[in-house]
Amino acid sequence: MIVTVGWYMTLAAVLFVIGGAGLLLRRNALVMFMSIELMLNSVNLTFVAAGRSLGNLDGQLATLFVMVVAAAEVTVGLAIIVMVFRKRATASVDELSGMRG
Amino acid sequence: MNPELVVFVIFAIAALAGAVTLVAARNPVYSAMGLLLTMFSIAVFYVLNDAHFVAAVQIIIYAGAVMTLFLFVIMLIGVDKEESRKEEIPFQRPLVAVLAFGLILLVVLAGNTAWVVFDNGGTPVGTIENISDALFGTWMLPFQATILLLTIAAVGSISLARYEGPRLAREPVEGAAEVAAAPAEGGDE
Repeated sequence: MIVTVGWYMTLAAVLFVIGGAGLLLRRNALVMFMSIELMLNSVNLTFVAAGRSLGNLDGQLATLFVMVVAAAEVTVGLAIIVMVFRKRATASVDELSGMRG
Repeated sequence: MNPELVVFVIFAIAALAGAVTLVAARNPVYSAMGLLLTMFSIAVFYVLNDAHFVAAVQIIIYAGAVMTLFLFVIMLIGVDKEESRKEEIPFQRPLVAVLAFGLILLVVLAGNTAWVVFDNGGTPVGTIENISDALFGTWMLPFQATILLLTIAAVGSISLARYEGPRLAREPVEGAAEVAAAPAEGGDE
């Protein structure tokens, strides 16, 4: 049985859904952030699998750029979480309603 | 039996187990370990898809740098807080289930109807040489844009780390810090 690109895409979709469920279900800002990372990773897997299927390198290049943007996002996001924790002593998003969200 | 199938099944199970651990674990450190497992598995999938350089970058950047940063922040702030599992928005959990099911259904539907599978003969392998040819040729402008992005992110995180709350006056006068901090502290309690 040959592993086609569809297998990777299905796995990536399932990982994306799990990450999205974690983003919606959890309260801890750090775990929500890690769920976002999981979703980004699953999309990267889709890019690479599609690039292999289409026979060019653009999928892998897109993956590299997603990684760079994710790294920048992690830096700023964690800085924000640490600063919120210093002000409020909590990492739970339920208690962060200062903007009436 | 196809060796790629064996590797795929093993690491697909590992990736799914890591993802479920990420979502379900009560301790954020276990969540981080689950995400680490998933990221290693995805690196293996990159190797299976001929993306060797991307796999190395995945290990170095995600499993190395990003997860270390996450673990550092978890150790700093998040471990000893018990997270409330009570749902505040009543319809959220059913909505999650419906959305998840809908998305999987959509993907399977799209994969069965819209996706065209091409013959992947003659695929360029993602070695460092091929990647750099593309990155510094076709993708030169986006690459330089990421330099700008990383600089902005570094400056932003440093300024966030040094931020000490709103100030009214340039010169900190007596009692100005309390006045400035009051709306931020008591706005939502």
